[in-house]
Amino acid sequence: MTLDVQIEGIGFWAPGWPDWDSACAGLRRGDAPSADAPARPSPALLPPAERRRAPDPVLIACEVAAQACDAAGRDPSTLASVFTSTHGDTAITDWMCETLARAPRELSPIRFHNSVHNAPAGYWTIAAHCHAASTSISGYTASFAVGLYEAAVQARSADEPVLLVAYDIVSKGPLAEVVQSEAAFGIALVLAPARAGVELPSVTLRVDAGAKPTALALPGAFAALASGNPMAASALPFATALVSDAAPVLVLPFGVRGGLVVELG
Amino acid sequence: MPNPIDPVQITAHTATSALGHGRAAHARALRERRSGLRANDFTREPLACAIGRVDGLEAQPLPDGYERFECRNNRLAWLGAQGDGFLDVARAAVARHGAERVALLLATSTSSIGASEEAYERLEDGRIPADLRRPEVHTPHSLGLFLAALTGARGPCLTTATACSSSAKIFATAERLLRLGLVDAAILAGVDTLCGSVLYGFNSLELVSPEPCRPFDVARRGISIGEAAGFALVERAADALAPRLVGWGESSDAHHMSTPHPEGLGARRALDDALARAGLGAHEVDYINLHGTATPKNDEVEAAVVAAAFGARTRASSTKGWTGHTLGAAGILEVVISLLALEHGFVPGTLNSTTLDPLCGPQVTLANEDADLRIALSNSFGFGGSNCTLAFARGDRA
Repeated sequence: MTLDVQIEGIGFWAPGWPDWDSACAGLRRGDAPSADAPARPSPALLPPAERRRAPDPVLIACEVAAQACDAAGRDPSTLASVFTSTHGDTAITDWMCETLARAPRELSPIRFHNSVHNAPAGYWTIAAHCHAASTSISGYTASFAVGLYEAAVQARSADEPVLLVAYDIVSKGPLAEVVQSEAAFGIALVLAPARAGVELPSVTLRVDAGAKPTALALPGAFAALASGNPMAASALPFATALVSDAAPVLVLPFGVRGGLVVELG
Repeated sequence: MPNPIDPVQITAHTATSALGHGRAAHARALRERRSGLRANDFTREPLACAIGRVDGLEAQPLPDGYERFECRNNRLAWLGAQGDGFLDVARAAVARHGAERVALLLATSTSSIGASEEAYERLEDGRIPADLRRPEVHTPHSLGLFLAALTGARGPCLTTATACSSSAKIFATAERLLRLGLVDAAILAGVDTLCGSVLYGFNSLELVSPEPCRPFDVARRGISIGEAAGFALVERAADALAPRLVGWGESSDAHHMSTPHPEGLGARRALDDALARAGLGAHEVDYINLHGTATPKNDEVEAAVVAAAFGARTRASSTKGWTGHTLGAAGILEVVISLLALEHGFVPGTLNSTTLDPLCGPQVTLANEDADLRIALSNSFGFGGSNCTLAFARGDRA
């Protein structure tokens, strides 16, 4: 049983690679990350005050989501969306646990409502004036693959394009020892059901409980990013396969055992 | 408007909450109008509020071999999964269909964050204490890791965390997977437990009532937080006697992170989509289990949406006066309550409330009522403006 979709647009953000074009250059030619790229994204879609104050997951998710919609030529207000993150906003989790242990009544109401796993989806739908359905999910080491799968399921079941947004941020405080993530990373895809006569990269997904995840050699600094961020660990092999000419088959971790077989065309 | 869908069968379902363990305990407490709320005895520092606490979790460790998943949330999942023999039925479905053909769809708002909170209370030289240095209990998918090991299901396994709509949305996820033929069954679980984050967090937003919550009362003062585990096994419809999911609708408010859209735009869109997928008119709905958190704003907006969309014969109530607001578990807990209402032919009223807000239409009922119910809806709304309405049909009578 397979799921077929097309990729209409891609958004990308990591320190030194502020968009998909720069990431492609790095993935294809081994270009080094840009040294003067900003340390945090500043998505134009958000109101200026939120661009400064919003938590990192919101900034990264909104940035890559807007890039992907732009590349796809899709109006952000029209797309259903799937947001996926391995650990969510670990910086707020660290802050909240530290505050609760010290002075629980000092918990800030804004940080608390920002602590929900669907905070980036909330900010995105508000900024994009989007009333379509949105979900926010997690699947531990399979978070990228289950996001890709769920977005493809939604695109096929509704016969509509769907926005997938995947991110993880840098872990902070004592939690960082058990929730390991040393780099920020986000990627977004607009996925749509295949349409006749439209030439776009295609993705075919199949679950195989016996398949072993592919170990793919990543160029240069991307290897460090993949080992330093749980979402990048799966998303970067996928991105590398996308830009390679070989149209390979890739297996991504998908659950306790087994994998999601991803065929790119 | 979305196209109608084929019904999905609810083969088995169960809930554990402050009302007790399993469906019969819930039906009894609802019938007898016995609330599960009590004065807060959970937080270390006093916080004057009522909570819906599940008794005995502290004394019920996970079974041998599952020690790495130890935390309050997974303990509640373990207790809840045994309700009404659910775990046996779920494992039988895995054996019947094959492990890869059974999805495991989890829902939670705070997952195992209680374990992270505990770790920070007793740091060892600034480090997470050795017994809690387990990544499995510091991540949103903790429940998924535990239940995958417990049930043996090997199909798609993901946790939905959209705050208080989480465990309603997994019914929609399951329907899509079944419709596309990607799986033959899905095990659904929504579990959320009491923790400092939500008690002090909602308190900081001034949304926690100092007294047991009074949904839709003109003098309501906010929510009472509870904990619960709800489970359902869903398959393609085959058994006419089983209740069925007949529709779902999901939407985004696109308004504010923690306040509903003032005209209930998102709520109305979720409702309209659920009815369209069910192929039903509003006049065919017999009962609505409302989100009804008892915050001033939620109830005001939801009451207006219901008053505008439904006629006087449709009955509606919030059952949060019994269970408290169980956050990420509220959706599936209230599905179980809605299915009990259909099965037993009664409308649970709205406990603790005495004087309805004049904004309420004739649908909202304070008293329990006996009624022949065929179609029930359940509303769930969450932070971030995440809305979900589910529609269920009663199984045929034997």
